[in-house]
Amino acid sequence: MVELAEARVETKPVKMRSMKRGKRIERIVIYALLIILSIVFIFPFFWLVGTSLKPESEAMAFPPSLLPKKWDWANYKEVFEIVPFAKYYINSLIVTVGGVIGTVISCTIVAYGFARIKGKGRDFWFAVLLATMMLPPQVTMIPVYMIFSKLGWINTFLPLIVPSFFGNAYYIFLLRQFFKTIPRELEESAYLDGCGTFGIFWRIIIPLSIPSVITVALLSFMGYWNDFLGPLIYLNDESKYTLALGILQFKGALIVSWGPMMAASVLVLLPLIILFFVGQKYFISGIATTGVKG
Amino acid sequence: MTKSRTFVFYMFILPWLLGFFIFTAGPMIYSLYMSFTDYSGFGEAHWVGLENYKKIFTDDPLFWQALWNTFFYTIIGVPLGLVVGYMLAVLLNTKVKFMGIFRTIFYLPSIVPAVASSLLWILIFQPEFGIANAILSFFHLPTSNWLLSEAMVKPTLIIMSLWGAGGGMVIYLAGLQSVPSSLYEAAELDGAGKWHKFWHITVPMTSNVIFFNLIMGLIGSFQIFTQAYVVSNGNGGPNYKSLFYVFYLYQEAFKFFKMGYASALAWILFVIILIVTVIQFKIFGKKVYYEFDE
Repeated sequence: MVELAEARVETKPVKMRSMKRGKRIERIVIYALLIILSIVFIFPFFWLVGTSLKPESEAMAFPPSLLPKKWDWANYKEVFEIVPFAKYYINSLIVTVGGVIGTVISCTIVAYGFARIKGKGRDFWFAVLLATMMLPPQVTMIPVYMIFSKLGWINTFLPLIVPSFFGNAYYIFLLRQFFKTIPRELEESAYLDGCGTFGIFWRIIIPLSIPSVITVALLSFMGYWNDFLGPLIYLNDESKYTLALGILQFKGALIVSWGPMMAASVLVLLPLIILFFVGQKYFISGIATTGVKG
Repeated sequence: MTKSRTFVFYMFILPWLLGFFIFTAGPMIYSLYMSFTDYSGFGEAHWVGLENYKKIFTDDPLFWQALWNTFFYTIIGVPLGLVVGYMLAVLLNTKVKFMGIFRTIFYLPSIVPAVASSLLWILIFQPEFGIANAILSFFHLPTSNWLLSEAMVKPTLIIMSLWGAGGGMVIYLAGLQSVPSSLYEAAELDGAGKWHKFWHITVPMTSNVIFFNLIMGLIGSFQIFTQAYVVSNGNGGPNYKSLFYVFYLYQEAFKFFKMGYASALAWILFVIILIVTVIQFKIFGKKVYYEFDE
């Protein structure tokens, strides 16, 4: 490595001058591409917000107006008048918060077991855990539905929340990767001080892993907030609907109220956008960790 | 000591272990049993032997249609998604200014709830007053019925899925950033060009993240449901051209209550995914650099 670095120092200035022009053109092309792609990726958001501010006649005009002629907030009011939108919001919050709590508690405990406690059969069960990551939940959907049906839990939030307390392979894996990076010495000294395994987990590992716990909380928040198939199967009563089911109410087979529907979509999306900007680094690092260290 | 460690290990992984038996292994076995019955969700299940499987393979055009739809969506959509995500990551990895802003722009669409983004795309691709056709007709290009057209509904769903390619991009980006720069410097000394470096250093050194995204992309693609459900008003139209496998499974189980039949469909899906995953590991597994355990 050292030899390479020295060699580089000698050759670089000569090369740089001749390459400067080409480099500049290359930069321009890269920025042009990035800006064009950015416009393409932003456009649907722009259209979403724009339509939510257009009155119905303008939303369905052809050719469509790029910007609303006048900002009309009426659609946002109508969202709450056409359907019990506030109720959907509360339902989504209950399911999501319950699911996140269950996920964080169960996944941290299980992940610590896999990361640090050498018990017989650990490698076997870890392989099983990885294998279940590849199993689509739809394969087991019908028997699981029948279990909840037998328990009388259909049309309640329980089938959506309770499974979260039994861990999630993806997040267990992610947390295990984090826990393995914590130096063992900390645990060993705590152990010598008479701390039990759960004490070590709770007093040492968890405080050191707050960022990764936040990452899991954010990612699972997104998962529960966006879930559609679960509520679709388990919730029959309109008063129990979550937002994902609720915004479909604006779309009849024939009549669609575009403005209010887009306004509702903005309101569904808003908490996620806020969470993303508040916890951006946790999102990015969490997703990156699973892929790279996988 | 070892014995008690094993006990502690199992206490820690207990939530997941219970979940595995209650929500995964148990239901898998139970649904295998159900797939040999005519269970309807109510009353008694009658043993029908291989009848369900026989009907699926020989006398069910919708099964083949759903399988074809899913296959088409996967074989086109997954590679396209991989390429777009990788391309975005490579562009961002060129030490551009405002990298964080661009990354946010490309990533943000992937956190939009599937229901909300589907409703938005319905509006964009609306044949009479949608912006997509407005732009095309402005440039005197042929317009389309998009989601209402038998031929175009799947390609349109693929275009919609590409908006979310930024999720994979974040993983690629982390992979690209972990490639040691000394490799590039050594190659430059040997006079390697950009293209050469891309194919002989960048791609091989990030093969683990490409592989991860490929596997996860395929499994996700097999599960496509929400988008198709929303754009087709829950019927898989036009003319079943957006009836994907899980969608069909859902309909048979929860719309027509053919639980036994749908269980057979679920097991066929499981076997397909198993085969595809094993093939992927056989083809790519050896060529991929994978850091698996300590």
